Amino acid sequence: MPDTLAPLFSALHGIDWTPLWLSLRVAGVATLIAWGFGVGLGWVVARTRLPGRALLEAVCMLPLVLPPTVIGYGILLLAGRRSALGGWLREHFDYTIVFSWHGAVVASAVVALPLVLKSASAAFAGVDRTLEAAARTLRQSPWSVFMRVTLPLAAPGILAGTLLAFARAMGEFGASLMVAGSIPGNTQTLSMAIYDAVQAGEDDTALVLVLVTSVLSVTVLVLSNRLFTQPEARTP
Amino acid sequence: MINVHWRFFPRMLCALLLGGAGLAASAQQLTVSAAASLTNVLKTLGARYEASHPGVKLQFNFAASGVLIQQIVQGAPVDLFISADEETMARGIDQKLLDPASRRDIASNQVVLIVPATGAVPVAALADLTGAAVKRVAIGKLATVPVGRYTKQSLDAAKLWTALEPKFVYADSVRQVLDYVARGEVEAGFVYSTDAGVMPDKVKTVMRVDGHAPVHYPAAITAESRQKAAAGEFLAYLLSSSAQDALGKAGFGKP
Repeated sequence: MPDTLAPLFSALHGIDWTPLWLSLRVAGVATLIAWGFGVGLGWVVARTRLPGRALLEAVCMLPLVLPPTVIGYGILLLAGRRSALGGWLREHFDYTIVFSWHGAVVASAVVALPLVLKSASAAFAGVDRTLEAAARTLRQSPWSVFMRVTLPLAAPGILAGTLLAFARAMGEFGASLMVAGSIPGNTQTLSMAIYDAVQAGEDDTALVLVLVTSVLSVTVLVLSNRLFTQPEARTP
Repeated sequence: MINVHWRFFPRMLCALLLGGAGLAASAQQLTVSAAASLTNVLKTLGARYEASHPGVKLQFNFAASGVLIQQIVQGAPVDLFISADEETMARGIDQKLLDPASRRDIASNQVVLIVPATGAVPVAALADLTGAAVKRVAIGKLATVPVGRYTKQSLDAAKLWTALEPKFVYADSVRQVLDYVARGEVEAGFVYSTDAGVMPDKVKTVMRVDGHAPVHYPAAITAESRQKAAAGEFLAYLLSSSAQDALGKAGFGKP
């Protein structure tokens, strides 16, 4: 056993940890964006009678089932340099998301959105409406009812979905590779670094990075599962 | 006969599948892992070879040389390996993955600097790449893509590597560099002259890039190949005058 672990420890010392920090940063920002859109859209889907909301939900859920290559190509088509939006941004702001860590954030946010959206809409649908009605009889404004009654009651479900979204964003690979590439120190996240290490035959580096990724993901999943089960445990 | 009963359907399906498998087994399948820059010309040569050698089926696997040798390390069933540089070939021979006696150079090539055909950013020499208008430059990943290493040698020689390093976008193969430039996602890229010739309407060749080791394409039969004779025949064909003519027409130099 020590014989097999020895190269692992020596690899640990020589490893560049930049991909880990990049992964955390990309996944963190992507999760924030996915959280904003996911909670907003989840509320629209669960609580309003907006025409076309079923279609809206279906479109937002697509990244869950589409191959990441489709997402990546879609982002390039919509925001690449040759696209109308990409060309405009480049011309007026000298800005492009392709080959920047912002591109990786956009790709990760798109794939993480369905996880927040689905859990948020389920959480909103599960909130007891009589409690909201009670708050309204106490002359609370609709915004105040949402912030002080609906959101806190839906919070555990939303938070669990958000953690799942974070785990998914950490694992993003295909779409990010197409949009942001794998530039060391800039867009080379953990998953990219593992891909590059395996391709180059640097097995020790790959193994260490795989272990780090696995530990992180398992931690997030355990936290998420706890939040999913807690509300039931608390009911008397 | 027309009114086939459905209960015969499974049997017919089995017969068809077994028949198909038998047919496939009767053809000799050769797997050739070749450097990405050879994609177009080897597909053409492969089709010709199959036409003149009924019973031989060629399966090509194109990627960066470093990726291909790694696949062979992992046990990919490959018969013939064609690299775009000496270094990758030497790595394969050192690890006893390739048969050194079978080694032959099949072609040579030249590194060039390319820009998108739209030519929005004026680039006429290597030094122009340091200009502010050039935001991104695509090169092959140094660990796995030979053209990336040739590029580094040239830019080191020109004392430009460090200055340009923050602009580099690293691609998985020379064809990905070509694709990034063709799509205009980068202002410039380093590929082989033959790759630039594949998309003449989308990319423009600025200049030949010198100062690197000569670009050779060494080929060798894998140590694990079970069809060494057939692989050797195809390798010999690649060195024949007709195949060399085709390589020359595609822009490759003599071995």
